Amino acid sequence: MSSVGGAVVAAAAAAAAGGGGAGTPHVLAVDDSSVDRAVIAAILRSSSFRVTAVDSGKRALELLGSEPNVSMIITDYWMPEMTGYELLKKVKESSELKQIPVVIMSSENVPTRITRCLEEGAEDFLVKPVRPSDVYRVFSRVLR
Amino acid sequence: FNGAAHLVRADDSDAATNRRRRPAPPGYLDEQFSQVEDLQDETSPNFTEEVVSLFFKDSTRLMTNIEQTMEKYPRDFSRWDAHVQQLKGSCSSIGASRMKNECTSFRNSCGAGNIESCMRSLQKVKGEHAALRQKLESYFQLLRQAGPAGMAIRHGGM
Repeated sequence: MSSVGGAVVAAAAAAAAGGGGAGTPHVLAVDDSSVDRAVIAAILRSSSFRVTAVDSGKRALELLGSEPNVSMIITDYWMPEMTGYELLKKVKESSELKQIPVVIMSSENVPTRITRCLEEGAEDFLVKPVRPSDVYRVFSRVLR
Repeated sequence: FNGAAHLVRADDSDAATNRRRRPAPPGYLDEQFSQVEDLQDETSPNFTEEVVSLFFKDSTRLMTNIEQTMEKYPRDFSRWDAHVQQLKGSCSSIGASRMKNECTSFRNSCGAGNIESCMRSLQKVKGEHAALRQKLESYFQLLRQAGPAGMAIRHGGM
C-alpha cells in the first residue's frame, strides 16, 4: 500500500473539508464480519483516515445520527437484518446524510447488484477481498 | 511448512518487491495473506495474529452454524449455501485458499442438491480448517522464536 499516497489523499480531503481545523477525514466502515472489519479498518488507518467500524447497518445509522462529521461510508453489501444496499438507500433518502459518499463492498461480483447500487447513488463497488490499492483508487477520487 | 526457506533479505524493506521475487506458491495461503501481513506495523505489531485469531473464532462459529443448519433444515440447500458463502468470504479475506476452494466445492454441491457430496465437503472444510490452524500456529511460533528477524520470514512455505 502506498501509505504516502494514502496520507496525501487524507490530507487533501481534510483541506477540502475546511482547512486544518477540520482534522482527519472520518470513515465509517460497516461489515458484519469481524475479520473484514479489522482488515478494512487497518487499510483505512494505514491511509491516515480516522475510522469507526461497526457491525451492522442499524449501528451505522445510530452513529450517523450522533456523529456529524463522517466523510465517507464503506459498507459490506450482504449483512443480516439490513443489507448494505438498504443502508445506502437510507443514507441517500436522508437530507442530512445524502451528501456522504458511500462505497459498497461484496465478496460476489454480481453485475445486477453492482448496477443497482450505483444507480442508487453508490460511489463505487469493490469486490472483496478489498486491497489497499482499491481503497486508494476510490478514496482519492471521491474525497478529492 | 518451511518458512525459513523463504527468508527475505533483512535489509530489503520493499515488501512488494520481495513478493514479486517469491510469488506465493500454491498452498494453504494465497497472496491475500501477504496483504494482511503488510498491514502490520509498529502501531499494530500483532495485527496479523489478531486477524487470524478473529478468523478462527469466526470460522468455527460459521462451521457450527452450517452443521446445525444441515441438521435442522435437511435438504434446504439454499440455506446451507448461504452459510457456506459466509464462510468462504471469511476464508477469502485472510487468503485461506485451500479452505476457500473446499467452500467453493461445497457450494457447488449445494447447487447440485447432492446431500452426500455436501456431507463430504463439510468434512473436507473441517479438515482444511484444522490443518490451517496447525500451520498458522507453527508459523506464528516460528516468528516469535525468530524475534525481530521474524519480520523477514514470510509465509512462502505454506
